[in-house]
Amino acid sequence: MRPDLFRLAIAVLTGLFATIGQAAEWQLNDLMQQLAQNRDGRATFVEKKYIGIVDKPVESSGELRFTAPDKLEKRTLKPKAESLVLEGQRLIIERPGKTRMSLNLQDYPEAAAFVESIRGTLAGDKSALEKVYRLTLHGSAEKWQLILQPQYSRMSDIVTRISINGVRGDVNRIDFDLADGDRSEMFVTKVVAQ
Amino acid sequence: MNRRLLPLALWLAALAACIAVIAHTRFVADLTAFMPRAPNARQQMLIEQLRDGIIARLIMVGIEGGDAAERARISRELAAQLRADPAFIGVQNGEAATEARDRAYFFDNRYLLSPAVTAERFSAEGLQSAIERSLEALSGNAGLMLKKLLPHDPTGETLNLLEQFTGDSHPRQLEGAWASRDGQRALLLVQTGAEGSDTDAQAAALEHIRAAFDRIPGRAADTRLLMSGTSVMSVASRERIQGDIHRLALFSTVLVVGLLLTIYRSPRLLLLGLLPVASGVLAGVAAVSLSFGNIHGLTLAFGSTLIGESVDYSIYLFIQRAAGIEGRRFWRTMGLGVLCSLAGFSVLLVSGFPGLAQLGVYSIAGLVAAALTARFVLPGLMPQQLKLRDLAGPARQVDRAFRFARRLRPLLLLAVVSAGAWIAWQGDAVWNRQLNALSPVTPAEQALDISLRNEMGAPDMRYIAALSAPDSEAALQAAEALGVVLQAQVEAGKLAGFTSPAQFLPSQQAQAARRAALPDEATLRANLGQALRDLPIQPARLEGFVSDVQNSRQHALLTRQDLAGSSAALGVDSLLVQRARDVLVLVPLRAPAGQELIDIPALDAAIHAAGLKGVTVLDILEESTSLFSSYLNEAKLLVGGGMLVIFLLLLFALRSLPRALRATAPLACAVIGVTAGLLLCGITLTILHLIGLLLVVAIGRNYTLFFDAGSHTGSPAQQRQVQISIVVANLTAVGSFGVLALSEVPVLSYLGSTVGPGTFLALVSAAILASKAPADAHAD
Repeated sequence: MRPDLFRLAIAVLTGLFATIGQAAEWQLNDLMQQLAQNRDGRATFVEKKYIGIVDKPVESSGELRFTAPDKLEKRTLKPKAESLVLEGQRLIIERPGKTRMSLNLQDYPEAAAFVESIRGTLAGDKSALEKVYRLTLHGSAEKWQLILQPQYSRMSDIVTRISINGVRGDVNRIDFDLADGDRSEMFVTKVVAQ
Repeated sequence: MNRRLLPLALWLAALAACIAVIAHTRFVADLTAFMPRAPNARQQMLIEQLRDGIIARLIMVGIEGGDAAERARISRELAAQLRADPAFIGVQNGEAATEARDRAYFFDNRYLLSPAVTAERFSAEGLQSAIERSLEALSGNAGLMLKKLLPHDPTGETLNLLEQFTGDSHPRQLEGAWASRDGQRALLLVQTGAEGSDTDAQAAALEHIRAAFDRIPGRAADTRLLMSGTSVMSVASRERIQGDIHRLALFSTVLVVGLLLTIYRSPRLLLLGLLPVASGVLAGVAAVSLSFGNIHGLTLAFGSTLIGESVDYSIYLFIQRAAGIEGRRFWRTMGLGVLCSLAGFSVLLVSGFPGLAQLGVYSIAGLVAAALTARFVLPGLMPQQLKLRDLAGPARQVDRAFRFARRLRPLLLLAVVSAGAWIAWQGDAVWNRQLNALSPVTPAEQALDISLRNEMGAPDMRYIAALSAPDSEAALQAAEALGVVLQAQVEAGKLAGFTSPAQFLPSQQAQAARRAALPDEATLRANLGQALRDLPIQPARLEGFVSDVQNSRQHALLTRQDLAGSSAALGVDSLLVQRARDVLVLVPLRAPAGQELIDIPALDAAIHAAGLKGVTVLDILEESTSLFSSYLNEAKLLVGGGMLVIFLLLLFALRSLPRALRATAPLACAVIGVTAGLLLCGITLTILHLIGLLLVVAIGRNYTLFFDAGSHTGSPAQQRQVQISIVVANLTAVGSFGVLALSEVPVLSYLGSTVGPGTFLALVSAAILASKAPADAHAD
């Protein structure tokens, strides 16, 4: 092979790889930008927890609501009502007949990492996600899968992998794989505003 | 000869007795002496809680400077040192070890601690419904955390126990130690072994903390130690009071001695002049020691004013005797003066402040002793021919000044009337109703205390249910009975929650009943098998539960010792207060979310309906505000009464209403003038100012009395001698109270800033208002 051609081939290949890399990088940024355009989203959810000592999955369902920039509400309706509202660094948990609990997320770094995985994704906040997780994106803009892997052992001792699946700007499934082998699946269905 | 020796011998014997008493006197400086003595049991409890309760034994520690990691390291090192120090019985800083011990305490002892443990709960049906509920909880957001508990605690007892404490705020965690909300301070909570009222031991404990902090190796240079709490404040105010005693005593002595030397120019007369003062001080200290068992530092500091008051007696005696004024008339005037002073000071005796009562006893005993010494001892000791420095020159100047002053009468009347109108126009705004207005704690110390307390998330002790019982077992049983009523209120949404000592350490009776309710292994397995028939859990997964229940059946009942090192220990110690004759139980209540107030009458009714007796629900904020208001009202009444008594004494002695009115008019001017002056300076009046005004009247009448006595008889020269003796006496009183005004302790500075200017105003007004004296007619 002539050296020029070789150089050309190298150049083409590097360029090609660079383009592929850029495409992937661009895609993550693009996904984030697309997600960031969700100012106010409402959805219903069904969550299944597969817990080792219990023979069948434990199921719950309710509503999710995200309001930009940082408010996430999860209202579980079945089997037991519970509301969880995250706004800024404050997490408020309410259950009927129980005292309202208000927690500062800064005091609970693990819980913060958990909820930040969902809120950061819905908000398209890449830098918030990257503080705690390594991000990998698969699929296409049409149907994508974002994998979050904890960077620090304090977190990875609890959860090993979070996978978030979506179609264009909408999240439709969130899976948590826990370190002890248990896992949970949450199916999200967007509610179209009337 | 005997007539001279007998008083001298009696006097010396009395002095010796006083010294013997003083040698055994305990000097104290706690804060509560200047807290009102509560008129009812609820309020008394407040004060006892402050003085003896665990609250007085807590020291809040903050560490500033460096970075978060350094502060957390210092916090851990400091805590480790203090835990090894027997002076402290508890140290909390949010370290993982303590948190883990807390969780372990509640988890390990859940079957003795949980009120839900009954025989029914361990039947097949009871187990089934409890486990169903736990499975439901798994579906919630906390499910993935709760699942770890399930194999050992399928009935959810641990969760039930911990839920009792939700709503209790804790400091945030930063780098493995407690930190303030902004993260700029590491926080520790230290509990001393010594009683809060033992100020010496508290001072030593604070030194231990400082030394331990200084010893921490490699500590960043810019790190600082902050401490607050009742004991820190007690120690600081004691130091401040002790500093004041020395300073004030030195100042007044220098002032009075300087003044007397200038006038007498005779060391012998100076020494004689100080004899009534010294006798008064000794008698005062001895009398307080005998009636209270101790003497407060503030009483001693206040003693400097006695110097100013009692030195007057010898001043009058020497100057007027030297002028040849007849003894009998002189003693009569002075006796009346002493009576008026006693009337003023005796009001302090009935005051609700124990500290003020001490001041009253001290002043009364001191004045009586000083007056008796001046009357019976001094005349025997002073030279037959009293040769004073010729005061004719200054006397004439004073006389001229006084005669000029009389022309100012219209001006004075105008000023007093307008000042009076101005005060009346201000109405209720002249009174200061803040409880801490009298506290010797500086605003900076108070601010630090509030900020540490808030950051510490110390329970807001506004609402408290309290009861007492003969011993701690009975107290815990009563707390459990109360807990049942309160829990119903929580479930009805009337309360957000409550913290009872029985939640940390149930009574032996309750623990024994719970232990007895636990089934044996065979029964438990049978019930569990039946309970799990329709549930998605295999019995084999709950082996941990079966063995834990069996272990609990063998478990010894919990006592205070089992709590050692956990934060539950602090909970029990602060809420279960061992007193001399009984045990006090405090149950802090939390108002429902979004609501600041608790409906106390409704709660009282619920407690009453449950047949519980002797439970008091207190709103501490309301109690302390009303406490102070009621004392202000009491002081108004007492001070008014005291002034009336002084007026009646004058009326009785002078036997003429116009003369009595003329003798009191300058006092009224002084009271109005000094009140207006204080208000002009932006100072609102406290109880102490009010009492200061009474002292203005009690001390000021000396001058008006002598004016009155002087204006009716005597030669112009004698007249002038009387005037100069009054001026000198007044200067000593103004000086010694004025010195008090410089004190850093509010109680003293309030009195000083009222009485110092007040007595001076009394003299000036007396001079301005004095009737045209015969001296004028014969003036040369």
